[in-house]
Amino acid sequence: MTDLFSKFDALIAQREGLLATGVKDPFSLVMEEVKSPTVAVVNGKETILLGTYNYMGMTFDDDVIAAGKQALDEFGAGTTGSRVLNGTFQGHKECEDALKEFYGMDHAMVFSTGYQANLGIISTIAGKGDYIILDIDSHASIYDGCKMGDAEIVAFRHNDVEALEKRLKRLPSDAGKLVVLEGVYSMLGDVAPLKEMIRVSKEAGAMILVDEAHSMGFIGENGRGVAEEQGVLDDVDFVIGTFSKSVGTVGGFCVSNHPKFEIMRLVCRPYVFTASLPPAVVACSAASIRKLMHNGNKRAHLWENSRNLHKGLRDLGFKLGTPDAQSAIIAVIMPDLEKGAMMWAALLENGLYVNLARPPATPAGMTLLRCSLCAEHSSEQVADILSRFERAGKAVGII
Amino acid sequence: MTERSEMLDRLKGLIEPFNKKGVEVSETTTFAGDLEWDSLTVMDFVAEVEDSFDIIISMNLQAEIENVGQLVDAVTKLTAA
Repeated sequence: MTDLFSKFDALIAQREGLLATGVKDPFSLVMEEVKSPTVAVVNGKETILLGTYNYMGMTFDDDVIAAGKQALDEFGAGTTGSRVLNGTFQGHKECEDALKEFYGMDHAMVFSTGYQANLGIISTIAGKGDYIILDIDSHASIYDGCKMGDAEIVAFRHNDVEALEKRLKRLPSDAGKLVVLEGVYSMLGDVAPLKEMIRVSKEAGAMILVDEAHSMGFIGENGRGVAEEQGVLDDVDFVIGTFSKSVGTVGGFCVSNHPKFEIMRLVCRPYVFTASLPPAVVACSAASIRKLMHNGNKRAHLWENSRNLHKGLRDLGFKLGTPDAQSAIIAVIMPDLEKGAMMWAALLENGLYVNLARPPATPAGMTLLRCSLCAEHSSEQVADILSRFERAGKAVGII
Repeated sequence: MTERSEMLDRLKGLIEPFNKKGVEVSETTTFAGDLEWDSLTVMDFVAEVEDSFDIIISMNLQAEIENVGQLVDAVTKLTAA
């Protein structure tokens, strides 16, 4: 018998080798208590959270929690059904209404996760004979959406407008084309030149999908994301987003002005063949989305945090993923996986949690310590974070 | 010189800057196994081939190309179209 698990042997060996050096397993952390959007208890120790994507700190917002409790009481624990059968409650419609208002768009479709939103929309709208043109550093959910569909997949170099334009020009002019972009790329926290990319895509007759998972709520005048910030949201055909970041719950969505968009509810398999979000989740999400529309001060504080952390880490001598703070993600580049895991463990010892990211999730084989800031981090916490980075960095010998 | 050996020579020329280990390249040379290219190197190389021949090698097609001979076939077909 061939052991189907033998294909994982190299990964198992790498993991065992890493743990043999004495570092804690970075991928099996448990939060024993969560005290606020920025503090949890890990290994019995109070720990500052700097790797949660909880950008706007909505997870413990009083109005959000109250909305969830009420829905739990009035509609029960779950829907036990698909959105197209028994799984659409009043709360799902209210959540979609909140999204339509938030983005100023005609249609909104809520999925059970952000992953499923990309999986479903991409695999359904680009079919056999169509082309999907995507950035090589796209998120796994975008690649999986491509793999699930029947379109031809064409990749171009990360954030390279010229490479995109060249490839678009080589495709048959009459073929259906979908260009898939992200506002903020979550590994390095860098922003895409959407304005130029959307211009060349429109010139080539392509439809455009932008994943704004890491920008919703704080980039752009109304928090609609990078496309809004760069003044091109009207040219985007489909915006994909998630509730598991700024909104502070779980779920995914697509908003669009396409006149035929509603047909997606019948043809999109990751929407049809799964249970809908529980009533409490959609109620929390709708309340959070409505609050995110009016959050100017919190946004300003988040940006201040991001810039301060970026400058502080750079001044300490760390190598960062971007020359300036372009989003609420600051990526610290580690020399290799072993040093990265040691640094990650040293930070945790110092009461600081960040994400350890490594290939294949990362571009160019990099190991990253990914920091994501929250509007609820105080200026004192950011100063504290920097001193913990300094201690850990010196202990591990990275700075 | 046949058209096929011309194409092979041209592709060998494009492979050379990425052939860090100095592997002897023939039609049976594999990209992952013999040249030990990672996904990043593959991406850079594919972009070079695409730009040199003004073609698109989709990721669907890339998945079927394991060795140099298969690349010769694929590029020949794409440039004839």
